Amino acid sequence: MSTQSIEVRDHIDDLIDKNGFDDHFHDHHESDKYKSSFIGKYIFSLDHKMISRQFLITGVIWAIIGALFSVIFRLQLGFPEADMAWLKPLLGKWIVLNDAGFGTISQEFYYALVTMHGTILVFFVLTAGLSGTFSNFLIPLQVGARDMASPLLNMLSYWFFFLAGIVMLCSLFLNTGPFAGGWTAYPPLSALPQASSGSKGGMNLWIISMTLFIISQLLGGINYVTTVLNLRTKGMSMWKMPLTIWSFLVTAILGILTFPVLFAGVLLLLFDRSMGTSFYLSEIFIQGAALENVGGSPILYQHLFWFLGHPEVYIVILPAMGIVSEVMSVNSRKPIFGYRAMVYSLMAIAFLSLLVWAHHMFTSGMNPFITNFFVLFTLIIAMPSSIKTFNWITTLFRGNLRLNSSMLYSIGFVSLFISGGLTGIWVASSTLDIALHDTYFVVAHFHLVMGVAAFFGMFAGLSYWYPKMFGRYMNETILKVHFWITLIGAYCIFWPQHYLGLAGVPRRYYRFDSFSSFSGWEGVNEFITISAIIVFFTQLLWVFNFFYSMWKGKKVTERNPWHSNSIEWTTPIIPPHGNWPGKLPQVERWPYDYGKDGKDFITQITPYEEGEEVVN
Amino acid sequence: MTTIVIIGCILLVGLVIFQIAKINEMIKKIKGEEEAVQQSNDSTAVAVLVFGILFLFLSIYTSYHFKDMMFGYGPNLAVTKHGALIDNSMHIMLVITGIVFVLTHILLFYFTWRYRYSKKRLGWYYPHNNKLEAVWTITPFIVLAYLAINGLVVWNQMMEDVKPNDKHIEIEVTGMQFAWLIRYPGPDGKLGTKNYKLISGTNDLGQDWNDSKNWDDFKPDELVVPKGRKIRIRINSRDVLHSFFLPQFRVKMDAVPGMPTYFVFTPTMTTDEFKNNLKKYPEWNVPADPSDPESKMKWETFTFELACAELCGDSHFAMRRAVRVVTQDQYDAWVKEQQSYYLANVRGKDGDPNKGKTITVNGVANTGIAAEKPAEGDASAKTDSTKAE
Repeated sequence: MSTQSIEVRDHIDDLIDKNGFDDHFHDHHESDKYKSSFIGKYIFSLDHKMISRQFLITGVIWAIIGALFSVIFRLQLGFPEADMAWLKPLLGKWIVLNDAGFGTISQEFYYALVTMHGTILVFFVLTAGLSGTFSNFLIPLQVGARDMASPLLNMLSYWFFFLAGIVMLCSLFLNTGPFAGGWTAYPPLSALPQASSGSKGGMNLWIISMTLFIISQLLGGINYVTTVLNLRTKGMSMWKMPLTIWSFLVTAILGILTFPVLFAGVLLLLFDRSMGTSFYLSEIFIQGAALENVGGSPILYQHLFWFLGHPEVYIVILPAMGIVSEVMSVNSRKPIFGYRAMVYSLMAIAFLSLLVWAHHMFTSGMNPFITNFFVLFTLIIAMPSSIKTFNWITTLFRGNLRLNSSMLYSIGFVSLFISGGLTGIWVASSTLDIALHDTYFVVAHFHLVMGVAAFFGMFAGLSYWYPKMFGRYMNETILKVHFWITLIGAYCIFWPQHYLGLAGVPRRYYRFDSFSSFSGWEGVNEFITISAIIVFFTQLLWVFNFFYSMWKGKKVTERNPWHSNSIEWTTPIIPPHGNWPGKLPQVERWPYDYGKDGKDFITQITPYEEGEEVVN
Repeated sequence: MTTIVIIGCILLVGLVIFQIAKINEMIKKIKGEEEAVQQSNDSTAVAVLVFGILFLFLSIYTSYHFKDMMFGYGPNLAVTKHGALIDNSMHIMLVITGIVFVLTHILLFYFTWRYRYSKKRLGWYYPHNNKLEAVWTITPFIVLAYLAINGLVVWNQMMEDVKPNDKHIEIEVTGMQFAWLIRYPGPDGKLGTKNYKLISGTNDLGQDWNDSKNWDDFKPDELVVPKGRKIRIRINSRDVLHSFFLPQFRVKMDAVPGMPTYFVFTPTMTTDEFKNNLKKYPEWNVPADPSDPESKMKWETFTFELACAELCGDSHFAMRRAVRVVTQDQYDAWVKEQQSYYLANVRGKDGDPNKGKTITVNGVANTGIAAEKPAEGDASAKTDSTKAE
């Protein structure tokens, strides 16, 4: 009845045949029709697995671009006196040559790079690339659905993301350059074309791109939530879902609640830019002219932006947390410790993230009395976060740890999350924030906790689910080399930045020699830049491994190579359209029965034996 | 050429890693999958442990190494009252988070090594323990409550605005692309009104010259404040967001167009006292200009600085002003030397609405002719106007 390779039937098939739920999916011939054409299968695909791969590959490409940008601006910071004329053929007028032919990166371009690095990495890679890939791939497979609730919206979600990317890409080639006012795009800098060359056409494209991106996120998010709530297979109660699904669900809800607020924010910004309104502008004298705008407040934009902007960092990190919980439990051969506490802490983090946005604004001129509440709510987030951390560590305790690459990435994630999370308590305190706000301390903090850590979650998930995605393994040795260099390298890059920040060195500085207060760090900055270059090339090694393994990797011969309990591993090695060739599996138990009653693992579709203790 | 060589080297390293990876896979096949996995598992576990030890050692060692460059350590004591409180909170924070950092990392790396895979074992079926979870919910709660209370007490103290009977000095600082404009109230102690629409080449703040409070305001190139006096900085912006940042003072507040903000602080150490502190550290006892051993020592050339901490455009990184903390006497002397911006630059010229009229600045009559003929009249105009204080 289906066309994929015939595999040896095993007890899994027997179980599904015996207990499974027949939804008559394959009785309807039209459900497989789309496969006939190349365009339908690979481009405008409606299949969640293909869409997930599209998100993934697009995300990988954006990650390379974003990382490359960071290498270029790190060159400026590490070697401000070096001749950059060799980049001239590639970057053209952004490299300014003096009479002697000595090239320097232009200030405009430096700020454009910093801005684009942030925008690309936060939105295109860690939001779309991470959530888009794993939510799409895992939600139907792990809840036992044939596909997403609306495959069409799902396809549109990818293509809106793709368009957003194209628009942003175009802005890189504008004569006036892409937007250069920081990823947060604070007005009036972003609202006034006179204020910076990046605020001309580049900013218009930035707003358009963000709008398309928000549409993509909403289409995706609504789909994820609907699928998780409505399309769970028989027996899959909410409390039997893997933690990955919980994290995707919570993430999607958070996105739906907050992305529209960003839309409101950038829409008003567009009005201010093009229609003469004064939402964010007041009493401005710029480029020799006093503007008519009065009565607006730049602080309003900051409120709107951070109402998304803060939950956004949780939108980035929560899926990584879910992935790590799953991967860690499977590879520890031990149930995740405190499953329900993990779920509740996910919910708590998501809920609290809606109440803390103004902790980015302690020095914005906002009423200092209000700050008290934001400090309190922010510090409360440390509680669910520490519950999660301790639960991960306890999951390792007396486990039987398979230290393969996906497990290493997960352990790396926990280390990075601790290191970056603890400094979160520092900057959550408004008192310390007076000294640390907008210094490298903040850069170190958020890169470790939501940048590198989220990447490690992604790497863990990709090593782990690669066999399910492509039917082959990635090369394990390269992955381990990549893991070690990236972990050590990431700490080499970001750890010293704490020291810079504690010495007051501000972020977003093109060079530091105008101030004696910020000098003395030349050696450290060189060290950071060299580390960044090494880490960058190591990422290319990973990318090579990723594509090489698609065609040349070791083939998967086992249906359940990691001996996992969750039901995505009950599908054929390469799941067909509809995921299960016959009936849908029926779920009997939670996904974390590892090491129970002397058995290494018990899949979710295995019914309870008589007298067996029902956990969770 | 070097570019090509570098790219070549990088590709070569990549190729080597790839070949090793391939050979590794082959070895796995020869040895038998299970054997090879077990071996690599053991060596990875040791690597994790070694990494953990090195990581903890280096993180502590490097913090110690860079200690004297950081806020609150070595010579970098805060030079304001509230700054000392911030530094104190930072020390408490460092100790608490430092302990958590070390303990959790020890557990993480030790467990990874200790419970590495063995064929003979199964993972321990230990799905949850409510008591344990209660412990690590309540403990962080207590610690965080302590940190929150400690931090907020300091916060509310330092964010307090001046009271009506405070004998503070109000100074206005305005950010623009890409400079800070500083304005002092002059002998009357009051800053004159301004309107952004009046901004012009000779009036970069848009001061209203009809307002007599503006007549004695002066605009120096550096920020000078006396030790021990309460200073209220009125922070403004002319165009985009800036942020008024005095690192050694632990002062930072955004400059927002259309919405004046403020920061109140009390300096506790003069620039000279700070320099004397620096003198005690060998890294400050080197020539300021490394190529010239005869040049002044690094500590001698030290100045406090005002920087911008909010991205404001291309030259954001160069918005510098020198800042000096002096004794009250030095401050009074300095103020006396300052000239009213209006009298020196506007009075009697075309942009002066009071041209031709006689005005009284701090009790001294001014006909507006003095500004044009500075040779004889200027000394009296200047000293008289400042004497009024």
